Amino acid sequence: MAFLDKHKVIETHATLLLVLSFLVVTIGGLVQIVPLFYLENTIEKVEGVRPYSPLELTGRDIYIREGCYVCHSQMIRPMRDEVERYGHYSLAAESMYDHPFQWGSKRTGPDLARVGNRYSDDWHVDHLTDPQSVVPESVMPKYGFLLNASIDGRYVEDVMATHRIVGVPYSDEMLENAQADFRAQADPDSDYDGLQERYANAQVRNFDGQPGISEMDALVAYLQVLGTMVDFSTFQPDASR
Amino acid sequence: MSKLPNNRQKGDPETTGHSWDGIEEFNNPMPRWWLWTFYVCIFWALLYSIAYPAWPLISRATPGILGASTRADVAAEIQRFSDANAPIRAKVEAAELTEISADPELLSYANNAGSAVFRTWCAQCHGSGAAGVQASGYPNLLDDDWLWGGDIENIYLTINHGIRNTTDDDARLSEMPRFGADELLEKAQIDEVVQHVLAISGQEHDAVLAEAGAVVFEENCAACHGEAGEGNRDLGAPTLNDAIWLYGGDVASLTYTVVNSRAGVMPNWNTRLSEADVRAVAVYVHGLGGGE
Repeated sequence: MAFLDKHKVIETHATLLLVLSFLVVTIGGLVQIVPLFYLENTIEKVEGVRPYSPLELTGRDIYIREGCYVCHSQMIRPMRDEVERYGHYSLAAESMYDHPFQWGSKRTGPDLARVGNRYSDDWHVDHLTDPQSVVPESVMPKYGFLLNASIDGRYVEDVMATHRIVGVPYSDEMLENAQADFRAQADPDSDYDGLQERYANAQVRNFDGQPGISEMDALVAYLQVLGTMVDFSTFQPDASR
Repeated sequence: MSKLPNNRQKGDPETTGHSWDGIEEFNNPMPRWWLWTFYVCIFWALLYSIAYPAWPLISRATPGILGASTRADVAAEIQRFSDANAPIRAKVEAAELTEISADPELLSYANNAGSAVFRTWCAQCHGSGAAGVQASGYPNLLDDDWLWGGDIENIYLTINHGIRNTTDDDARLSEMPRFGADELLEKAQIDEVVQHVLAISGQEHDAVLAEAGAVVFEENCAACHGEAGEGNRDLGAPTLNDAIWLYGGDVASLTYTVVNSRAGVMPNWNTRLSEADVRAVAVYVHGLGGGE
């Protein structure tokens, strides 16, 4: 066939082969990846999802640092058994401000996508300090050292600025008040009106029950916000997504 | 290309006609069964992309003619099971809480459903056997010592609204003052009242300090815990004159409690569990042994 004979031209010219190979891969990429950025099916606008507060964001960094994602997923799949056990299936929008997302790929421990408000702060502190004290059959390691690691949020503004570069809508006001908000969220006696104005429904408590701000405060603050931003009593799922 | 190489042997297949520096290629096509399987796969992929969501268009992808949707699937699956359970759940919801345990059919359902709910949502704090975690603030649900009441209505109320959470306005709420941390009592007074509590709970104590502590107790603690330390369930104030301790009854634990107070939190479950599930787990917990 004449067409197949022409193929010889490609096979005998390395540069041409390279250029055409690249072209094929590009077309594949355009068809598979680019539509995800504009199709209405893939981007569902959901009310309530907000960027993490400075303390929660710090907790998220600790979560990543300690490798929690290795054993815990944050992705409730749309299947009956998962919905019955963990709550409403996860929505794409709920991890839109996660860079990188923490969906995970393996569950040695349970899914954490909706762990927020499911347990008390005390339980989280007890459980992180000594998991077997509350769940005897657990194989989770102990993270009690988080209680002793004091943090002052010195770099949190930089972390937020970095997240802004990749698309998280932190405002200038949020960046300016990063340090203050960081401290306010862990201190119920502080003036936290500004914090809650900037971060809707931010929970303000002394999360670890100890004076000062420790990594435990930040991690528990992060865990307690997981999956709580969307109000599912008013959320209407669009069946076509 | 036209010149036959010397090393061709008899019975060799034809060559493809390609030749690279004198190296030629035998024309050995793929087996037919493989080739046809390959063609069928391509055809199948085409059909699949018509049947299921696939091709991206201007504003959305093609939905596929089968109308497949994981969201609709999971909703239908959940509906299927709730339909199957609907009659018995309706009965559980309609029955008076106190009457559920009298009806064998309802009791059987409530116990099974309740134990499943308990193992999924409650066991993390109260333990899979409901014995709590001793001296760590996670109440034992098997005994007959109840902070907020152990009859079925009170258990139901506690499960529904929780305790001291910030997510339900009807949550049970009481707050013990931080007598030490907020400097409401002197250190000496705290030592005395701790000895008094040891005394009324029948433990070894210093009689002199305990006597002085009785005055401190009457002025500061009796309003909630009662004159004799018998507790008050309306306030969630624990009984102090028995041997059951939520956070420990030794000197160190008691001192910590008086100085810093304790405020265990339980989430409200009315937003996560259905009415029938809350009722079922209430019946289950009530039937564990401590129910009144």
